[in-house]
Amino acid sequence: MTILNDPVSAKLGSRQQLSYIASQAADARLNVELETEGMTLNIGPQHPATHGTLRIIARLDGEQVVWAEPSCGYMHRGYEKLTEVRTFPQVTSLINRIDWLGSFANEVPFILAAEKLMNVEAPPRAQWIRTILFELSRIANVSLFLGDLGVQMGAITPVFLAFRDREYVLNLIESATGGRFHPNFDRIGGLKDDLPAGWIDETKLVMKKLRNFCDEIETLLFGNEIFQSRTRGIGVIPRDVALQYGLSGANLRASGVDWDLRRDQTIPLVYDKVDFKVWTHPDGDSFARCWIRLQETREATKIVDQLLDGIPSGPVMAKVPKIIKVPEGEAWVSTENPLGEMGYYVVSRGDLGPFRVKIRSASFNNISITPWLLRGVYVPDIITILASLYFILGDIDR
Amino acid sequence: MHPPRLKGEVSPLSSPAETSAAPAVEAKVDAKRDAMVAAIRTTLGAAVVDTLVKPGDDIWVRVTTESWCSSIQVLKDTHAFDYFCFLSAIDWMPSPYGRGEDDPSEPAPVRDTVIRPGYTGGDTRMQMLVRLVNSVTHLGINIKADVPNDSFTIDSICTVFAGANWHEREAHEMFGIGFTGHPDLRNMYLPVDFEGYPMRKDFPLLARMVKPWPGIVDVEPLPGGTDDDKDGSSEEGAS
Repeated sequence: MTILNDPVSAKLGSRQQLSYIASQAADARLNVELETEGMTLNIGPQHPATHGTLRIIARLDGEQVVWAEPSCGYMHRGYEKLTEVRTFPQVTSLINRIDWLGSFANEVPFILAAEKLMNVEAPPRAQWIRTILFELSRIANVSLFLGDLGVQMGAITPVFLAFRDREYVLNLIESATGGRFHPNFDRIGGLKDDLPAGWIDETKLVMKKLRNFCDEIETLLFGNEIFQSRTRGIGVIPRDVALQYGLSGANLRASGVDWDLRRDQTIPLVYDKVDFKVWTHPDGDSFARCWIRLQETREATKIVDQLLDGIPSGPVMAKVPKIIKVPEGEAWVSTENPLGEMGYYVVSRGDLGPFRVKIRSASFNNISITPWLLRGVYVPDIITILASLYFILGDIDR
Repeated sequence: MHPPRLKGEVSPLSSPAETSAAPAVEAKVDAKRDAMVAAIRTTLGAAVVDTLVKPGDDIWVRVTTESWCSSIQVLKDTHAFDYFCFLSAIDWMPSPYGRGEDDPSEPAPVRDTVIRPGYTGGDTRMQMLVRLVNSVTHLGINIKADVPNDSFTIDSICTVFAGANWHEREAHEMFGIGFTGHPDLRNMYLPVDFEGYPMRKDFPLLARMVKPWPGIVDVEPLPGGTDDDKDGSSEEGAS
């Protein structure tokens, strides 16, 4: 009788109803006859959803996760230690490799921290170009996420679109900096070089293409019924939990916290000169996190478009000594990177190199919520939740 | 050197000269942080050892070792610093190995390893560092506390901020700091049988020990003035 009152069965036709009742009855029989016991499932270290080598050990009860714990460290390179044996200009080549999809964005907060200690400020033109390249690395990074999202749920097409359109952005970054993935372009006091001729017009064309890509993904993926049913209401993070775990970026804004470091702090980047919207979502589920990232990519193309029109003329490098010695002090600078808040706590002793650098990477905090978040979810949802949290292994392990 | 200017006051197509509004804005930001520090001193009382405000930049507060956990609880509850940014530690002892650029054919130079603490002082070698942010006003605060030299142990703040769990595990394996009350201090990154605490300054960077730094041979002076190169150590990568 209870089965007939079941809301799922009420929606089905008579024939389907019969088979539904039969399957429910079979399940009930099985649960009585078989004593189920816990099972440990190992996901990774090599799994397409892990963007590198993250291993997740999950203890299951049937299809549900009872306990899950990520195991990090397969890519630990000890950058915090390595910075201590390098000079300030050398550090940027290391920290390029933290979040390898948006490398230029990694350099900016470190350089800003060093500039803060030295009391140097980059010339306006350098600040504008920095901001443009910062947003371009966001677009390159997040557009790959949007394509990859489909793959986690069995849709192959979006990833081809993403790789196609990300290539345009990478070409722009390469033509300006010389490096596709690791630009190493930011210098204390400015930038290594000025923009090449014709770059601005080309960037405008690419931004148009990227906006089309966002529209395509929105209709192809976000409007898809399967995508919606697999992400809506899954992996919900309430606001206070998100704050406690120090989540940042789109993960935090998807939980309804209206906080964007581009807007809410004064740093020498020119975000105060552009008009952009900070998207938030009240739901806090996987869908909200993905949706925020889509909107932010579109917003980033608009930021770049606005900035391209107003690049001031002038030098791209301030006057800094040839051998850079950073005065004694401590400085904290963080920026809104593609993955979330990335910051450096730099301690200098007036030496050629830093005394201590604490690298606060976004993914480490973002993924530290998984033992809490994965408890009680179903096995296929592990993958979508991890995909929606969006981490990059180099950003966790450093 | 560039004249210091207020951050964020860059106007396009203008020379980098000070704007007339700069001192007023600076004073306002200062007042906000000063008021916050005064409020913290009132609520925490004797737990506060020292404070520092850099106008328009940041706040540093050093609390006693015993009140580490309770101070952070008060900051979270009373002053609404509800966003946990990061937790880490600093080893204030200068490295006895320098930057690992010593010539192996020469006798190793004697280096000064006297402990000099940073902002807001310190009496011990290890110091904890936590950054919290108010999620509404976006005001950040750096909180420090000494870690006793004999035990290298301090209270865990997992009960206050659940997100501190992984950060404390990392600090434990990297600095060898014990956290009383932490549920599970397993290694985060390193193999279980790893010996030593890599982020301590007296832990040598072996990659630099087994193979001399290639910059040693690079003794050629830089073109166009090497006046800054006084201390004679081989300096590379100045551009």
